[in-house]
Amino acid sequence: MTAIPIQALMGQLLIGLINGAFYAMLSLGLAVIFGLLNIINFTHGAQYMLGAFVAYFALQWAGLGYWWALLLAPVLVGLFGIVLERTMLKPLYQLDHLYGLLLTFGVALIVQGLFRNAFGSSGLPYAMPAALTGGYNLGFMFLPTYRAWVIVFSLVVCLSTWYVIERTRLGSYLRAATENPGLVQAFGINVPRMITLTYGFGVALAALAGVLAAPIYQVNPLMGADLIIVVFAVVVIGGMGSIIGSIVTGFALGVVEGLTKVFYPEASNTVIFVIMALVLLVRPAGLFGQER
Amino acid sequence: MSLLRVLVVAAIVAVSALPAHAQISDNVIKIGVLNDQSSLYADLAGQGSVVAARMAVEDFGADKKGMKVEIVSADHQNKPDVGSSITRQWIDVDKVDVIVDVPNSGVALAVNQIVRDKGKAFLVSGAATADLTGKACSPNTIHWTYDTWALANGTGNAIVKTGGDTWFFLTADYAFGHALERDTEAVVTKAGGKVIGKVRHPLNTQDFSSFLLQAQASKAKIIGLANAGGDTTNAIKQAAEFGIVRGGQNLAGLLVFITDVHALGLDKAQGLILTETFYWDSNDRTRAFAKRFAERNRQIYPTMVHAGVYSSVLHYLKAVEALKSDDGTRVIAKMKEMPTDDPLFGKGSIRVDGRKIHPAYLFEVKKPSESKGTWDYYKLRSTIPADQAFRPLDQGDCPLVKK
Repeated sequence: MTAIPIQALMGQLLIGLINGAFYAMLSLGLAVIFGLLNIINFTHGAQYMLGAFVAYFALQWAGLGYWWALLLAPVLVGLFGIVLERTMLKPLYQLDHLYGLLLTFGVALIVQGLFRNAFGSSGLPYAMPAALTGGYNLGFMFLPTYRAWVIVFSLVVCLSTWYVIERTRLGSYLRAATENPGLVQAFGINVPRMITLTYGFGVALAALAGVLAAPIYQVNPLMGADLIIVVFAVVVIGGMGSIIGSIVTGFALGVVEGLTKVFYPEASNTVIFVIMALVLLVRPAGLFGQER
Repeated sequence: MSLLRVLVVAAIVAVSALPAHAQISDNVIKIGVLNDQSSLYADLAGQGSVVAARMAVEDFGADKKGMKVEIVSADHQNKPDVGSSITRQWIDVDKVDVIVDVPNSGVALAVNQIVRDKGKAFLVSGAATADLTGKACSPNTIHWTYDTWALANGTGNAIVKTGGDTWFFLTADYAFGHALERDTEAVVTKAGGKVIGKVRHPLNTQDFSSFLLQAQASKAKIIGLANAGGDTTNAIKQAAEFGIVRGGQNLAGLLVFITDVHALGLDKAQGLILTETFYWDSNDRTRAFAKRFAERNRQIYPTMVHAGVYSSVLHYLKAVEALKSDDGTRVIAKMKEMPTDDPLFGKGSIRVDGRKIHPAYLFEVKKPSESKGTWDYYKLRSTIPADQAFRPLDQGDCPLVKK
């Protein structure tokens, strides 16, 4: 591959953006949870996988299609997150980050192990919703309708989340509660409940991404384990806890990875880590992060 | 003290009472099943291979014959370094006599060398690279089930013959993908076809859209998938999304297992042409085996890898019984000497380069309307006779073959 026509390049850029949409949604959830709760949520990949499995179960067992899954999966998996937060994470807030990391990592291994044992590793098929099959011929590439849907949907979700946290009163409470929980509580705001709901929301984002992924990839017990490390790199590059950082970096790294797949495909699963190392050398707090 | 003396005498008597040539090391034949148990190849090999090995030991009747056989298993995580250190630990510390299965050609090539250095035995079922009986062939290794040459010869040939003469490869970037691409390219070129592009993707890739777009732009008639397991299913699934087949290009899954077809579903997999050396629904004996196997393997039917593990372990035990020794190099030599016969692959033989010889089959994946139920997936297109299914002995550059 020496000379690449400009049209082919356009196609690859678009593909990169679409894959970046997944990174953005997943890293956004991680950033919300870390930024507001100071928890490094290693179960995020497993919760993404659970989202895809809820979609699969809803279809197989209850006959509920994709649109229902988009609603059900975030709610159910979010509830799972809330239970996890209330019963296991809460006692760890006073301790070092490392304890939360170990706990969530352990939970992820258990959940993934159970699913692998029950459903194997090849994955289960999930059909594309009929309304989103087919595609458009853009001239420079064939764009499947579903991929267009993914990019639009995730942009809407990401930007609304950013807006709520950075521009609304609720968001300001949240941010204040992370700076000084005691003071915010003194104003009569139920901080523990807010933190629980925030964790549930971050987890719900992961589940939503899982439903989006189900028709493209196999519904596979390991789908999250493969992705989570990359997503963590995205969060680190964007700046731990930075909401806008995770969104921008997610999309940007999708594009970088996509271009690597054209120019030097062998490096496509390492390029993000190379960038991470470089960013950490130059800006240890990440591109959008603030040194604390 | 007297008790100790009695014990020592008893031990000496016991040892000297053994026949002079019976050399089953520490009186146990220890079989190590080494494969991917947690990632993209875990369903096509994984725990199923352990079940298959266990069934072989039972069907051989090791207990009744007074032979003590133990099976251990481990996950090599598709990493050659992990596979190597498990192999060393098994042989040096745990006294394992034979390593079995080892899908992932990269790991298999590493294990191949260690087993050779240590004089043990290696029965390959899961790995594909034909180098195991070519330039890396070993007097301690038998390659049982299939190899990249056989796949290329089966699927590649069939597709070129039906007009698929321009190819673009999506290749898994490690020993297996490279070997499969190389062998298929040779078949395509020999038949008058042309390879107009290729792209190498990392093992265990989730998203193939970028690669598929490149393949689409190449306008090649055939997109050859030189990968396996989850990589193949993801590529096929996403190719449908990008309208590759509707656009007039066709996919060639060069290594597709029945578990992949099961994972894809027939509506996505129908029409695929593939080469296998075993299909559970071939005859009464294979059906009986598959039924017993599925009951013990979460209702997953056997792949050809599982079948190969069963048959190779069975033949290994027969050779150990005949030889009354589990010395790796000697048992492998004995296995090559004895004709093979088992319910799954029928009668066959093993060549001096370690290649097990049996027929290969060209299957087509059924349409959903043709399938009578779960796991009824293949229809036979043609049989490639045993003497044509594998690379001719003199073309592999195996140093064990006298020229």
